[in-house]
Amino acid sequence: MKGNHSIKFLFIFLLMALSPFFLSLFHLNLLIEILILGIFALSLNLLVGYTGLVSLGHAAFFGIGAYASGIVAKELSPNLIATLPVSLLVSILVSSIIGMFCMKVSGFYFLMLTLAFSQMIYSFIHQSTDLTGGTNGLSGIPSPQLGGVDFSNPVFLYYLILLIFAAVFTGLSVLVRSPFGQVLIGIRENETRMKSMGYNTTLYKYSSFIIAGALGGVAGSLYTNFNGFISPSDVYWTMSGSVLIMVIIGGAGTMAGPVLGAGLIVILETIVSSYTNMWMLIIGVIFILFVVFFPKGIVGIGNSLVNNLAKSKPLYNESKPEAVYKKDA
Amino acid sequence: MNRESILKVEGVGKSFGGLEILRNITFDVKKGERIGIIGPNGAGKTTFYNLLAGDLDPSKGTIYYCGQNITNLPNYKRANIGIVRTFQKNNLLTDLTVLDNLLLVLQRKEGLGNVWFKPRVEKHYSILFEKARELLSKWGLEKQTHKIVKSLSYGEQRQIEILLGIATDPKVLLLDEPTAGMSQAETNYIVNLLHTLPKELTLMIIEHDLEVVFGLSDRMIVLYNGGILVDGDPQIVRNDKRVNDIYIGQGESLSASS
Amino acid sequence: MDIIGAQLVNGVSYGLLLFVITCGLALVFGILGVLNLAHGSLYMIGAYIAYSVTVNSTENFWIALIIAPIAVALLSLLIETTLLRLTYHLGHLSQVLLTFGLAYVFHDLASMVWGSNVLTVALPPSLSGTTTLFNQNFPTYRLVVIGIGLVLAAALWFIQEKTRWGAIIRAGLCDKEMISALGINIKLVLTIVFIIGGFLAGFGGVIAAPILGLYPSMEFQTLILALVVLVIGGLGSIAGTFAASILIGLVETFSKYLMPELSLFLVFGLMAVILVVKPNGLLGKKVA
Repeated sequence: MKGNHSIKFLFIFLLMALSPFFLSLFHLNLLIEILILGIFALSLNLLVGYTGLVSLGHAAFFGIGAYASGIVAKELSPNLIATLPVSLLVSILVSSIIGMFCMKVSGFYFLMLTLAFSQMIYSFIHQSTDLTGGTNGLSGIPSPQLGGVDFSNPVFLYYLILLIFAAVFTGLSVLVRSPFGQVLIGIRENETRMKSMGYNTTLYKYSSFIIAGALGGVAGSLYTNFNGFISPSDVYWTMSGSVLIMVIIGGAGTMAGPVLGAGLIVILETIVSSYTNMWMLIIGVIFILFVVFFPKGIVGIGNSLVNNLAKSKPLYNESKPEAVYKKDA
Repeated sequence: MNRESILKVEGVGKSFGGLEILRNITFDVKKGERIGIIGPNGAGKTTFYNLLAGDLDPSKGTIYYCGQNITNLPNYKRANIGIVRTFQKNNLLTDLTVLDNLLLVLQRKEGLGNVWFKPRVEKHYSILFEKARELLSKWGLEKQTHKIVKSLSYGEQRQIEILLGIATDPKVLLLDEPTAGMSQAETNYIVNLLHTLPKELTLMIIEHDLEVVFGLSDRMIVLYNGGILVDGDPQIVRNDKRVNDIYIGQGESLSASS
Repeated sequence: MDIIGAQLVNGVSYGLLLFVITCGLALVFGILGVLNLAHGSLYMIGAYIAYSVTVNSTENFWIALIIAPIAVALLSLLIETTLLRLTYHLGHLSQVLLTFGLAYVFHDLASMVWGSNVLTVALPPSLSGTTTLFNQNFPTYRLVVIGIGLVLAAALWFIQEKTRWGAIIRAGLCDKEMISALGINIKLVLTIVFIIGGFLAGFGGVIAAPILGLYPSMEFQTLILALVVLVIGGLGSIAGTFAASILIGLVETFSKYLMPELSLFLVFGLMAVILVVKPNGLLGKKVA
């Protein structure tokens, strides 16, 4: 079982590493976007899927990371040694401030408070025209560099982002299986019990919030570096909604789910947008179908297919995406 | 009986809004005592546990643990210094396996909760897994090790509820109706296991099954209408007229259950 | 003083408008435990129907005031019986997500039917003038909105506190099992409450249309403000929702007048502070 997994991952990684050789530029860019939004969705998933905290304001950190990178690249240096760490630090700072407030509440109040804070950040970005370009957004951001390498070449950029994605994915996979990650899962399942076991659950939730915010900032930073442009709509609450949709459709509380969700949404949007501009209608219907009929997401569908094919093996230590839905009983 | 005091409660009261649930509770628990807490429904027994475990703050009074004022110490800190409760209604991580439930308790005890980048697998944490297996086999639950908690029978879940409390290795264990809803056979099984707990462990036990509570306790506290009605030797409580009146009013008799 | 008086009337009328919009959301959240993120969409549909009804004759405003809420109530009936009911066993999070998806769907449906231009609903002549009070002229419609808001608040308070229906509703807040034990059809209660919530959203849409106008994404803006009111007021408290509406109405209006670039910031900041100081809202009960 385990070896099987490693082979599968190696295969996927090899496929990804070779893809610039057989994908067109258009498709390569699509893949880059999926990887970036995959990081973003993975970061939210730590909060929603593993800790059981449903945030509707995650775009705040994406936006902060994106704008921090954009501003540093324009004003200071487009070198990744400057832009990435600044984005990371600023989003850690902001998420630790916002988190302090959000940790005081739970359930739907958490959802609404995260929403309120992200809208606050949105209006800040929208209104501080001098710093952020206001409604017009930030354009003309120079393409990223590292050492002597200029990443205006999309193939180089692809490899860079693939590398960061692999690091984030591996790091999070280990994290959620570590004792720390197991505590987060425990909090998702039953916070009262975790407290009476002696866990300072607030501190764990706070850590999870900051990690999620930091990685959201990294995703935002990469997005700016990739696009060369950032606008306030990337911080708007519909962005928070989109990433939540990716996590839920893919399968909250699993590692593969959010990435699959991001892939599905990006690909679907690309296909659909050439036929119609009723994108929200389509994504809304798909989302509703998943919520009502496949609450475990794509991964859940996959698992039950596998289970039906080979009924013998019980999936004890496999991911359990269903649990997130019972948190607020 | 010159044992040292471990838990001391002075003039503790609790009100919700204008309603006084507990008033002027005062007593002293010696290390290793086995205290049964009985009283009719609504006497304030569970609220009393909530105050001791730190799930609620008292409106009045002071609580001391080993001489230290812990009145406003949050619940998780109390659990860490040794005051651990179990719940009247099973309060488990029902979508995780029995082993995972237990490992969460044990990793906390070993101070491993903050390890970030080492997967919790047997290879890295053999001590945790050994300890968990040991406890499960002692409690006759080894066959359930890898089962999801919610797939177990009620009685088994009840057992795990108690086991999670014990696995924390507490100094003071607060059991809230441990045998509630169990069959007679399961009750006997649990009672026997509770008898094997180390002598230095201080045990408080809320229980409606009078046979169980008299069998386990060397001291009884009777709560009635939010106050302590009687506090003393089980034999004294058994013969107390007021206590008998309450229980006869409830359709039970103390002397019948000897 | 004139300006302050005018702003005060504006603030109070805006606040009561928010109350009309939010009370349906509060009702559904309080009783069903469903945070209806499609509430803003229902509001928007009410407003657009009002536009369609009045586009040829402004006197039709009165007809719109009846038709639009009923139409939205019927839509709510449809949503509750076909979709929402499927998710009751899945837990509250699924219901929130479902209504979130619905908000997406309605967004595009509305722009499909009514386009994405900015539209306005004109008032009938009898409401569009000014009225003199304390030697000062106020827009008549603002005063009417204040009146409607107060009447609605009083009616809701009366129903909730003084009638059998109110008793059932309050019981629903505490204990769903108890209601069923009383022999009341819980399913029917849930459906009816959701319909009432939709009716109030539609009604709010008509009332607000002449003041706030119609434009793409109006529903999200309104929804967010309504959520802020809901959070500040506290769960399941009509009085809290009322107080929060007036508070937000005044803060928004005065800050827009005094420091326009900070107004939204102030509203959200106020919400964050209140939530931290009083996690259950101004007058809310403890949330389990």
